[in-house]
Amino acid sequence: MDEVMATAFQKVYTKISQITKATCSLKAKGVGYDELALINGKLAQVVKISGEDVTLQVFEGTSGIPTNAEVVFMGKSPSLKVSEQLAGRFFNAYGQPIDGGPAIEGKEVEIGGPSVNPVRRKQPSELIATGIAGIDLNNSLVSGQKIPFFADPDQPFNEVMALVALRAKADKIILGGMGMTNDDYYFFKNTFSEAGALDRIIAFMNTTEDPAVERLLIPDMALAAAEYFAVEKNETVLVLLTDMTSYADSLSIVSNRMDQIPSKDSMPGSLYSDLAKIYEKAVQFPESVGGGSITIIAVTTLSGGDITHAVPDNTGYITEGQLYLRRDTDTGKVIVDPFRSLSRLKQLVAGKKTRKDHAQVMNAAIRLYADAANAKTKLENGFDLTDYDNRCLKFAYDYADKLLAIDVNLNTVEMLDVTWSLLRKYFKLEEVNIKKELTDEYWGEA
Amino acid sequence: MTKGFVSGVVSNMVTLAVDGPVLQGEICYIQTGGDRLMAEVIKIIGKDVYVQVFESTRGLKVGSEAEFTGHMLEIQLGPGMLSKNYDGLQNDLDKMEGVFLKRGVYTEPLDCERLWDFTPTAKPGDVVQESDWLGNVEENHQPLKIMVPFQLKGKATVKSIVPAGQYKIHDVIAVLTDEKGNEVNVDMVQHWPVKFAMTNYAEKPRPFKLMETGVRTIDTFNPIVEGGTGFIPGPFGTGKTVLQHAISKQAEADIVIMAACGERANEVVEIFSEFPELIDPHTGRKLMERTIIVANTSNMPVAAREASVYTAMTMAEYYRSMGLRVLLMADSTSRWAQALREMSNRMEELPGPDAFPMDLGALISNFYGRAGYVKLRNGQVGSVTFLGTVSPAGGNLKEPVTENTKKVARCFYALEQDRADKKRYPAVNPIESYSKYLEYPEFADYMANRINDEWIPKVMKLKTRMQRGKEIYEQINILGDDGVPVDYHVTYWKSEVIDYVILQQDAFDAVDSVTPMNRQEEILNLVTEICDKDDYQFDNFLDVTDYFKKLINLCKQMNYSTFESDQYYEFKKQVQEML
Repeated sequence: MDEVMATAFQKVYTKISQITKATCSLKAKGVGYDELALINGKLAQVVKISGEDVTLQVFEGTSGIPTNAEVVFMGKSPSLKVSEQLAGRFFNAYGQPIDGGPAIEGKEVEIGGPSVNPVRRKQPSELIATGIAGIDLNNSLVSGQKIPFFADPDQPFNEVMALVALRAKADKIILGGMGMTNDDYYFFKNTFSEAGALDRIIAFMNTTEDPAVERLLIPDMALAAAEYFAVEKNETVLVLLTDMTSYADSLSIVSNRMDQIPSKDSMPGSLYSDLAKIYEKAVQFPESVGGGSITIIAVTTLSGGDITHAVPDNTGYITEGQLYLRRDTDTGKVIVDPFRSLSRLKQLVAGKKTRKDHAQVMNAAIRLYADAANAKTKLENGFDLTDYDNRCLKFAYDYADKLLAIDVNLNTVEMLDVTWSLLRKYFKLEEVNIKKELTDEYWGEA
Repeated sequence: MTKGFVSGVVSNMVTLAVDGPVLQGEICYIQTGGDRLMAEVIKIIGKDVYVQVFESTRGLKVGSEAEFTGHMLEIQLGPGMLSKNYDGLQNDLDKMEGVFLKRGVYTEPLDCERLWDFTPTAKPGDVVQESDWLGNVEENHQPLKIMVPFQLKGKATVKSIVPAGQYKIHDVIAVLTDEKGNEVNVDMVQHWPVKFAMTNYAEKPRPFKLMETGVRTIDTFNPIVEGGTGFIPGPFGTGKTVLQHAISKQAEADIVIMAACGERANEVVEIFSEFPELIDPHTGRKLMERTIIVANTSNMPVAAREASVYTAMTMAEYYRSMGLRVLLMADSTSRWAQALREMSNRMEELPGPDAFPMDLGALISNFYGRAGYVKLRNGQVGSVTFLGTVSPAGGNLKEPVTENTKKVARCFYALEQDRADKKRYPAVNPIESYSKYLEYPEFADYMANRINDEWIPKVMKLKTRMQRGKEIYEQINILGDDGVPVDYHVTYWKSEVIDYVILQQDAFDAVDSVTPMNRQEEILNLVTEICDKDDYQFDNFLDVTDYFKKLINLCKQMNYSTFESDQYYEFKKQVQEML
């Protein structure tokens, strides 16, 4: 913080009139909205101005702040220095190095900057291949997309996300960790380092040991770095945000301290806009502005699988789909759940960047998998199964084992061929409800 | 004009101390660091005026100057709006420079230099009043009217009008003499405050004309009419946007206005990139030619999001005054309601249900009330059909936005998670959803003329079958396949035929995505024939399942085949043989 102290030459205030758990108020003049200040060296941001009364949100919390603390306004909102030097580095929520390396030199940009003009965007159209059939076949990811994993805290979402990040051919991978455990932080660091990808990684970290309110800065920091590489260097950038539920929890802490009327699940009424501002930074630029892209893969942890909670609910309305992981009880493997998972952009690549039978084969397989689920219910309720039911169940086992499981690594053509072979193995032509034109070509001699 | 100074800032709500009179809803501009930020008055207490700023307030300081404009939020209406991409405040997005939206940059919504072919239809000496037609201008093959200014009070006489020729929008094309003898210059541009409904029509009768959308679950099962209202609630991932896009592509309307209100930017980009390529199935011209997009995506400032639906509605009413059929779609009205909630919260108003403002219901019903089928004073008719989506929190339809909308919208298309999970698209629940227009005698008469008087009774019969099918499905689930008589299975599978052949439709298939009414009639007749046949002979339920699965597969192949092609007749023949 020494560097910022040196540049601050404004008036020093020493009379704090009010201190809550997260905010301090004082009388000050000439203060701008969103401006940063230092309170006895602790970073704070202006959240309310009423005449001369200024309320500041203190990121580290207000414990230990005396009423005569020195308050210096810095005349700028939170910012990050950007340059190629960011690559391969680890930072805290303020954008300061935590890896022992030197400070970054570069252009200083305000974080949380303006939105891209929608008419300057390009419709996303490039498949991001992950090798995982539950994703590539059923829920293809597209560059410029934003999609979260909706996961229970005990599910291996960080592992899957690391796998996806490494297999996706991104120029930069930017990791924003919010309330991440120290163990998970080391998991990411080690995984990327072992894969030799460390020079492509930039991480902004707020671990469980750091103050909760600090993590409000993480997504904007990560995305400011992402915009630098996507806009100025025309790179393909993948941003990983984990865990956005911790981010939302911090929002609710601040709004609660500011006496705002909470809406659903004690979240602030602006939760939708707050989350949208982050996720909408995902973008595909047209060739005319360099063709860079920002793709966001996030994690929203659920409590008890409840997706009607305000955080996953609002997220679902903002993001372009969501992915669920589930342990398949028959095969014992972790699979990407084909029922609830959805990639809204898949039709932009399915059958266009992949083989033309993609969409129909995918839907047919999922429909039959749903029939298997019905058969399973019948079985559990003690009813006799028909021949069709039994075939569905066998199909479901193979489908989970050979395609949906996250340990599968295939290209999309192989995925389609495997699906056709399973359909052929267990079903009659008229049971699959696929367009004749496609069955003529791919069903083969049964 | 009144001036003011900033005295407080909380997010995008700013308090100003003013030196003169201020209108509720007045627009002002606040100066900050070289930017002019547009804002709207939302509350006045003594000298304190509360405004919502349509931009980020970052860096705004106490003491910054504000200048009032004397008018409310209004938009410009004239030739040159079709195929434009606007933001919620009617800024032309294409005219903005750079990749990012810069704060305080406002662009002209209309092109002042473009020449338009104007043909007068009024002549000197004609007595006119506000909104009367003075002449025609053609834009993208739409005959637009140049009208007497909407603000004109009482009657006026046409003093002079220019001859046919090429004129710019701000050229004086007519001079009127009003009741007081003052001369009024008329150009091609109208101004209208967006929050007021246009009532420049003679009457607003009950709507009755089917508005064809090409979507079978709507046209056949729960039709919407020209000038009607409807809403589409559904949890995320159930296909609200896909359904809305399908309707906007195929609907039989002269003008389509799409308000992307607080939704994903990529969905708007999809319209930008696809509509210029797609063909309007009714006229054969490019879809974009009849489309206006009002885009205020979720990351754009929240106050402008609230304005965007009003901006779009005002544009729709403008075209309706010209006797055109306008379809207005808003995705999503819940985001608009949330914008109201954010502001109400910042003003520290006492909250209503779910922290929404208390007057939410009144605002929603006033807004839906602006749609409608109208008879203009010159005997012509025009319509604004409004379809809004609702994004209920947690997919729970017992929330304030859905409940208040249900009170006013006449069509209800309930998208259902269960159907979406089973990939039964469009996921419109056939039993919960309704169209009140099916009960209108005016509509029944219209359909009897357009198709035949069997149509509505047949549709109602299929609806009953769907209901029965669902009951039996539940019984089978409880009692097991063997626990119910074989003819129960037949009844259940008949409802599945209705579901698979009529209701489910592949929005991404070139043929199946659009079904014209004559084809829908054939499908309805075929499905009715399958369902009415009561001499099916089956030994056991397995035979029933096999038979109907085969039948459904054939019918679906028919749906995928070009209408009346050889392939179509081939599949049809196979269906007939099975019967």
